[in-house]
Amino acid sequence: MSDWPLLSLVIFLPLVGVLFILAIRNEDEEVVAQNAKAVALWTSSITFLLSLLIWFQFDPNQAGFQLVEKAPWLPGFDINYHVGVDGISLWFVLLSTLLTVVVILGSWHSVTTRVKEYMISFLVMETLMVGVFCALDVVLFYIFFEGILIPMFLIIGIWGGPNRIYAAFKFFLYTLVGSVLFLVAIIYMYLVAGTTDIPTLMRTEFTAEAQWWLFLALFASFAVKVPMWPFHTWLPDAHVEAPTAGSVLLAGVLLKLGGYGFLRFSLPMLPIASAEFAPFIYALSVIAVVYTSLVALMQDDMKKLIAYSSVAHMGIVTIGVFTFNEQGIQGGILQMLSHGIVSGALFLCVGVIYDRIHSREIRRYGGLAERMPIYATVFMLFMLASVGLPGTSGFVGEVLVIVGVFQVNAWVAALAATGMILGACYMLWLYRRVVFGPLVREDLLSIKDMRRHEAVAFAPLIILVIVMGVYPNFFLEPMAASVDALLLQLEPVTTLAAD
Amino acid sequence: MSTSYLFPAAPELLLILSGLVLLLVGSFKDHAAGARLVSTLALVTLAVAFFATIIVTPGAAIYAFREHFVLDAFAGFMKGVVFLGALGTLLIAQPYLRQEKLERFEYALLVLFSTAGMGLLLSANSFLALYVALELMTLPLYVMAAFKRDTFKSTEAGLKYFVLGALASGMLLYGISLVYGFTGTISFTALQDIYAAGDVRLPIGALVGLVFIAAGLAFKLGAVPFHMWTPDVYEGAPTAVTAFFAAAPKIAAMGLTVRVFAEPFGAFVADWQQIVIAVAVGSMALGAFGAIGQTNIKRLMAYSGIGHVGYALVGLAAGTERGVYGVLVYMTLYLFMTVGTFAVILTLRRRGQELERVQDFAGLSKEQPLLALAAAIFMFSLAGIPPLAGFFGKLYVFLAAVDAGLIALAVFGVLMSVVGAYYYLRIVKLMYFDAPPEPFDKTIEPELQAVLVVTTAVTALFIVFPGPILGTAQVAASALFP
Repeated sequence: MSDWPLLSLVIFLPLVGVLFILAIRNEDEEVVAQNAKAVALWTSSITFLLSLLIWFQFDPNQAGFQLVEKAPWLPGFDINYHVGVDGISLWFVLLSTLLTVVVILGSWHSVTTRVKEYMISFLVMETLMVGVFCALDVVLFYIFFEGILIPMFLIIGIWGGPNRIYAAFKFFLYTLVGSVLFLVAIIYMYLVAGTTDIPTLMRTEFTAEAQWWLFLALFASFAVKVPMWPFHTWLPDAHVEAPTAGSVLLAGVLLKLGGYGFLRFSLPMLPIASAEFAPFIYALSVIAVVYTSLVALMQDDMKKLIAYSSVAHMGIVTIGVFTFNEQGIQGGILQMLSHGIVSGALFLCVGVIYDRIHSREIRRYGGLAERMPIYATVFMLFMLASVGLPGTSGFVGEVLVIVGVFQVNAWVAALAATGMILGACYMLWLYRRVVFGPLVREDLLSIKDMRRHEAVAFAPLIILVIVMGVYPNFFLEPMAASVDALLLQLEPVTTLAAD
Repeated sequence: MSTSYLFPAAPELLLILSGLVLLLVGSFKDHAAGARLVSTLALVTLAVAFFATIIVTPGAAIYAFREHFVLDAFAGFMKGVVFLGALGTLLIAQPYLRQEKLERFEYALLVLFSTAGMGLLLSANSFLALYVALELMTLPLYVMAAFKRDTFKSTEAGLKYFVLGALASGMLLYGISLVYGFTGTISFTALQDIYAAGDVRLPIGALVGLVFIAAGLAFKLGAVPFHMWTPDVYEGAPTAVTAFFAAAPKIAAMGLTVRVFAEPFGAFVADWQQIVIAVAVGSMALGAFGAIGQTNIKRLMAYSGIGHVGYALVGLAAGTERGVYGVLVYMTLYLFMTVGTFAVILTLRRRGQELERVQDFAGLSKEQPLLALAAAIFMFSLAGIPPLAGFFGKLYVFLAAVDAGLIALAVFGVLMSVVGAYYYLRIVKLMYFDAPPEPFDKTIEPELQAVLVVTTAVTALFIVFPGPILGTAQVAASALFP
């Protein structure tokens, strides 16, 4: 069993589903749509189950990469097809495969036009998302990393809202500018180290000056993806215009690429520059936390509000990652996972009522609790998790980060903590305006509660939010060895800073 | 008398001989039927020439015709690419010529003679051979540009191309005369031998000659600042001819440029590097910004072509084996993307009329999902987005540039590729996000289908099977750097 190329199977299985969907031919649109949905659901479910198998085979006591597969790819350049997972990427792989199943379920009834292409786009996305987290070769990583732009561009542009074209172009070009500089950095690293192998590059010592430039190039790419203030402006547009499922994957997985990139590349490969730039990152992150929280308070559009809250939450992540201590980094990773689930779920919540009323304006709603009790409960859970209520996933990540950063800089910790308070303001206010209050709108009188497939889509997310909140060690233990190895690599820099 | 010395030039001789025979066949045959027969035979000839090239290409360089002709792995590789380009574009021209009532047998002959010129050009080992081959390549091109002779635009294109082309040839010839006057030889091998000895400086007169030669070559490449003819000629020429221009002569000129800079002037990288960098920077920028405002798809492809030449020249600017390798990979992948894109353009018709406006791509994905998918693959690939083939071309040229210390050039290049991505995305946007105003014609001619399948497959699947192209390109590049 262990001889199986399990990772490659998980990466490329969705493409097999794509081939099946392409083969569907029928005059009747409805039949095609039904079959495409069924194939997509089956493929993504099997992929998810296989990815669970990765988790079972994963040995949490080992720090290095596991389930490694390596095959020669580009001749003469020592660029290989090289994949593997460690305690950090494992969780992101699982997050990607889970969220794909969730969004396919979630859009079961909401997508009516071009269903075939829709399902193909999401399956291609799944391949690219899983691939990017498994890649152990920088060129391979880059290909998956930038390839994601293609399906996402189409998802926003074809199935998006009224201003979708502007949003799709902004998303594509904004992220492309960042990533092409990353490409130049990759080339430079390759020429210095003579390889694009990530584990080898982690052991390569670049000169302090080279690190400085490389860090900036990588920063351009990852900061746009995270997104960090002031490079976040594409995010509200993309989120507002994208279809629900697109928003879920955008917030749930794509934003994590930035944080993951910092953890996988910037910190271990460029430790000196990372330490040097840490105050700069703190500053941007703190601004993101405070400023975008304030901006979120003033939004009329539900999706925009959640989009700005994402920027604030990801600010906590970048602070955590650049603390260079165990609590901070583990907290940052946990916060990414939690945010992936919670913000994904919140976008799904918006999607549920958007499908019924076709408006995202907060003012259009009110008093939904009367008509949709199940929905109100689910929404409340995720709202509270987003706020960081103890016992939910959001709490653990934020507290760990704040504990971590407190050891480094108390001011940053204090300012980051205000983000939690502001988060409570905008989220509770949003919830009050949408779910509570009098039911005045006539069209809301006939609104129906969640359907079965919608409830099924939410179920795993609810479980995860609570498990992560009540027993975080379940997630922290498998990543501990990898995080410790990362810290060991950073040690020369961190001890230097302490002296 | 032994004829074995003809052996290295077998593909070109084949092309020329079959051109002469087909000229007779065409003259004695009935009009449309004759044209069809000649075209078919010409296609067969090109295919045979392609395989003959593979067979005759040796491991080490072979010289012929008193060292005016060289056949090495580099020439063999580039000839293979060029012959494939000529084959593909002649194939997709067939339905076009039928539909536009342009079925004249001369078309295929012009392609054959021009292609023979390209083959000789890539094997030129002296400035004399270079000039003769270049003229053999370009004279048929002027006629082809004016092939739709009863339209104003086509004749204008032909005339414009001819006048400017003659000017460029003049500059090239003047440069050659200067080089000969100051060095005393026109042989590439001799030039290389003279200056390989030590740090001899290039005589100043020969340096001026080199600048003129570079200007002439830049014209043939359609590179800034000698690019002005491309948009007009591309737009005015019949679309099938434009496809040919974009593919074969451009790649042949690139091969020639690489050889001229790497072989006779290989010892003077420092002297010509600045020229190539300036041309590359200008071409990338103009290609990216110039295309944004275009409304005609052929003009847009002209600017796109200028940009791509710029990227390929980034590899040459490195002046290393790695750089030449990058150029070869880039131009090969560019061939497949461009021919594929033109196959899409030639397919688009509405009520039998050809469509030339960019706007006409609107809503293609709803009417012809597979054609739109192929077009989208070409657009993303031309923009250099992974995992498609175009990305690897860019990867290799930028790798060479950074390796040669030209980091600023590489950064400029990648930023221009973002600007360029905008207009390729605009076509994707039209196809996928907009609604078609009127239905398109449903039929895709078999020739176009075949070319579309092959080019799409190469563009999309290069990532899975990069070996064949990369491996041969590496051997070809090393032939110039013994």
